[in-house]
Amino acid sequence: MNTIQTMNPQTKEELFVEILLRLADDRLILGHRLSEWAGHGPELEEDLALANTALDMIGHASALYAYAADIDGKPDEDHYAYFRDDLDFKNIALVELPKGDFAFTIARQFLFSAYSYFLYRDLIGLVDDDQFKGMLQKHFKEIKYHLRHSREWILRLGDGTETSHIKLQKAFDELWMYTGEMFAMDNLDQKAIEHSLFTDVSKCKEEWINLVSSTLEEATINVPDNNQYMYNGARKGLHTEHLGYLLAQMQFLRRSYPDAEWK
Amino acid sequence: METQKQLDEFQIRIDNGEKIEPKDWMPERYRKQLIRIMSQHAHSEIVGMLPEGNWITRAPSLKRKMVLLAKVQDEAGHGLYLYSGTETLGVKRKDLVEDYLYGTAKYSSIFNYPTLTYADICVIGWLVDGAAIVNQTMLAKSSYGPYARANLRICKEESFHKKQGYEMLAKMASGTPDQQKMAQDAVNRWWWPTLMMFGPHDSDSPNSAELIKWGVKTKTNDELRRHFVDRTVMEAEAIGITLPDPDLRYNEETGHWDFGDIPWDEFWSVVKGDGPMNRERIKARRKAYEEGEWVRKAATEYARKKKLKEEKAS
Repeated sequence: MNTIQTMNPQTKEELFVEILLRLADDRLILGHRLSEWAGHGPELEEDLALANTALDMIGHASALYAYAADIDGKPDEDHYAYFRDDLDFKNIALVELPKGDFAFTIARQFLFSAYSYFLYRDLIGLVDDDQFKGMLQKHFKEIKYHLRHSREWILRLGDGTETSHIKLQKAFDELWMYTGEMFAMDNLDQKAIEHSLFTDVSKCKEEWINLVSSTLEEATINVPDNNQYMYNGARKGLHTEHLGYLLAQMQFLRRSYPDAEWK
Repeated sequence: METQKQLDEFQIRIDNGEKIEPKDWMPERYRKQLIRIMSQHAHSEIVGMLPEGNWITRAPSLKRKMVLLAKVQDEAGHGLYLYSGTETLGVKRKDLVEDYLYGTAKYSSIFNYPTLTYADICVIGWLVDGAAIVNQTMLAKSSYGPYARANLRICKEESFHKKQGYEMLAKMASGTPDQQKMAQDAVNRWWWPTLMMFGPHDSDSPNSAELIKWGVKTKTNDELRRHFVDRTVMEAEAIGITLPDPDLRYNEETGHWDFGDIPWDEFWSVVKGDGPMNRERIKARRKAYEEGEWVRKAATEYARKKKLKEEKAS
């Protein structure tokens, strides 16, 4: 289900590109999902906050893609966003699920932002590439805000009304099987660790689960069973059926007029 | 009861160019007119998010996606501080919102047209924001302090939006044949509705005289429209776009551009609710409002519980 090149990067540079794309794809796809809220939020303040988070995440993706394009000899960041198909996208399945209701959106954002927080924190302490590090440090500031914002909403919805509590519990129950991929490690990750290009994410799982559990507990929400079936394989191209539709929408204009200039 | 003395003193303040602030005395009619104008402006910013938001997920480059998302976010911001500004006149945001969703309050009719291609996004930036800037530059001098200041801030951001829209349209107008076609088509569809944004002719605008007397506005609808046409003709020419008006010609005597008859029947029809997108816009906004109710309730209930806990603790 994968191109050979995707699965077996030969050089350190190829490995680096793969790592950049994994990070970027997660952020582009979730940013895209968040952007679907523009004009439809539950409150004006939330329209602003969701658009702001979407903008940050698409911005992070764009910067990471641009760096990958530099190394990879591709024309620009748009190459990765607009001219790859489902199987080539390396994002985890969690971020491609439809936006759902506000509880679903916020629960996913909290789970993902908590993961991003620990991942970026560890990466910043480890990578030696200055440009990459600078990028991570800049994005980390924004990730802290996304985490704080989504965490506050978890408390409000969990310990708000009976309706909001039920909706939020349902959201976490539905999302949980997609959280395993955040900490799954494959050969590529292992190789990247050897080259100090990536961190052992399985090590921050405990901190992640502690933060998530304590927040959910404060929000009077049950932490779903961690021993349940966990979705896996999206980083290798085994996506849900949702990604194809997202890409069809995102890419159609750009691909319909490939000779046109749109920047 | 308002006395003649109060009214006279108020008029003197206006004529002296003083700003009226929330706690100052003001005629009830002045307050009502401002609530109407400011909330209408706020509703327009919010409904305006819909036609543009329509292209966020399909924007043709990451840069354009971010530019559009930021623009729509700015509009939410404008809506927010315009509602806050209106609240200084003793009304609640919730009531204002419900008045356009379920009552009789209006928003700008321009947003009752569909965005059919990406070029529409560029044209909204150039023409619709361009027209809004002409209006808001005047309103930034409005006699009501909070409204004047809100417009000053809005104008800065709108100028940026206009620049971005115009630049991208210029790119399309000199791009591939498909892009050129989209650009011209979008201008053809948006030109007349944009001219209608300034409102009916002065002779059919019952509120104008009073608003000018009170310094809420300083120019008439027709003056603003003429100013907009004058500057837009040159901008269109510069990027090779044709404005769809065969009667458009420079008048040596007046030093302005004369233009053809505005289709007022269409204007009144859309204002009254019969435009291509009126029903859909309201439906989308009601849906967001109604589906968001449980979220707003949860936030209120959580805040109440938290306060109670803090009171118990102390």
